[in-house]
Amino acid sequence: MEKSLEPIVKVLQEKFGATFEEFRGEVQCMVKPEHIIEALTILRDAHHFELLSMLSAIDYFPQTSPRFHVIYQLNSLEKNLTLQLRVPVEGESPKLPTSTGVFKTGLWREREIFDMFGIEFEGHPDPRRILNPDELEGHPLRRDFPLGYEEPQFSFNYEEIDLGKPYAKE
Amino acid sequence: MGVEQKLGNMGVVTTTLEDVVNWSRTNAMWPMLFGLACCAIEMMAAQASSYDMSRFGMELMRASPRQSDLMIVAGRVSKKMGPVLRRLYDQMPEPKWVIAMGDCASCGGVFNNYAIYQGVDEIVPVDVFVAGCPPRPEALIHGVLTLHEKVKADRFIANAADKK
Ligand code: SF4
Repeated sequence: MEKSLEPIVKVLQEKFGATFEEFRGEVQCMVKPEHIIEALTILRDAHHFELLSMLSAIDYFPQTSPRFHVIYQLNSLEKNLTLQLRVPVEGESPKLPTSTGVFKTGLWREREIFDMFGIEFEGHPDPRRILNPDELEGHPLRRDFPLGYEEPQFSFNYEEIDLGKPYAKE
Repeated sequence: MGVEQKLGNMGVVTTTLEDVVNWSRTNAMWPMLFGLACCAIEMMAAQASSYDMSRFGMELMRASPRQSDLMIVAGRVSKKMGPVLRRLYDQMPEPKWVIAMGDCASCGGVFNNYAIYQGVDEIVPVDVFVAGCPPRPEALIHGVLTLHEKVKADRFIANAADKK
C-alpha cells in the first residue's frame, strides 16, 4: 500500500469499522451502507479525494447476502491516490442513500446503477432510467436477467417464430 | 418551328409511362445516411472512389430525410433508436424504399439481447436485405441493383387500377 494511503485507511477502520483488502497495490475498503455518505464526506473534505471517478456495482447472484456490491472509486488529484470503497447491499430490491450531496457525479452514475442493477438511491433528485427505454422491465446487468432475447429462427421453427414477429406496417 | 429542326433527325421511342417513371426513379435514387454501427464504414466505402456508387446515380447521400428516396439502415438499431428511425422514415416523401444492410439490421445479428431490435423490419417495411457482417461494398451495390430491379418491375398504374 502507498505510504500516504495508510493513515487514511486507518481513519476509516477506526471510525466505521471498515475492513480493507489489497490487491496489487489497489486498496478496497468495505464500508457499511449506513456509513457510506459520512465516509465519502470525510474523504472529500479532510483527505483531498475530490474526484469520484467511478461508481459501479457487481451482482453476486445466487448469493443473496450480500447480493450486490456498490463500488465507489475515489481519486485524489492532489496526492495522486486511488481508493475504492465497497458497500455490500442486501436482497432483491436494495436501497442506498444517495451520494449526490457529496459528489455531483453521482447524479448520472446512480441513475445508471438503478437502470442496470435496480439498486435504488434514496434521495436522488431525478431517479429515472438513463440508458434503457422507460418501458423496459427488469434490470439488464442483473445475473438473473435472461441472456438471450428472441429464439433464433431455423428452418424447423421458421413459421412459428415468423407468426410471432411484430412486422412493421407501411 | 419544331424542336426537330434544331436537333436534326430525331428518332421516336415509344414506351410505357411506367417504364419511363421507373427508369427515372432508379437512376437518381438518393440514399439517406443511416449509419448506426460498423456497417456504416462499408457504406462509406461503397460511396468512395474504389467502388463509386455514383455510377448508379446515387452520388448524393442526403443527411435530410426530406430529400431522399432510399434509406440504407447500416448497423444495429437499438430500442432507443427505433422510434427515431421510424420518424425519419415517415418524413421521407413517397415513393420510398429501405435497404437493411448487414445481419444486425436484418435480424439482430449477433446481438440477440434486450437492447437491439431483432431486425429493422419490426419498425419499417424493408425492401432488400443484404447479408453479411459487414457486407462488402460489392454486396451493398448488389443490394441496390436488386432494389433497382424491383422498382423497374413495379407496375404502379396497374396496381392502382386493381385497388379501385
Ligand atoms: S452486421 Fe456486423 S458489421 Fe454490421 S453492424 Fe452488425 S456487427 Fe457491425
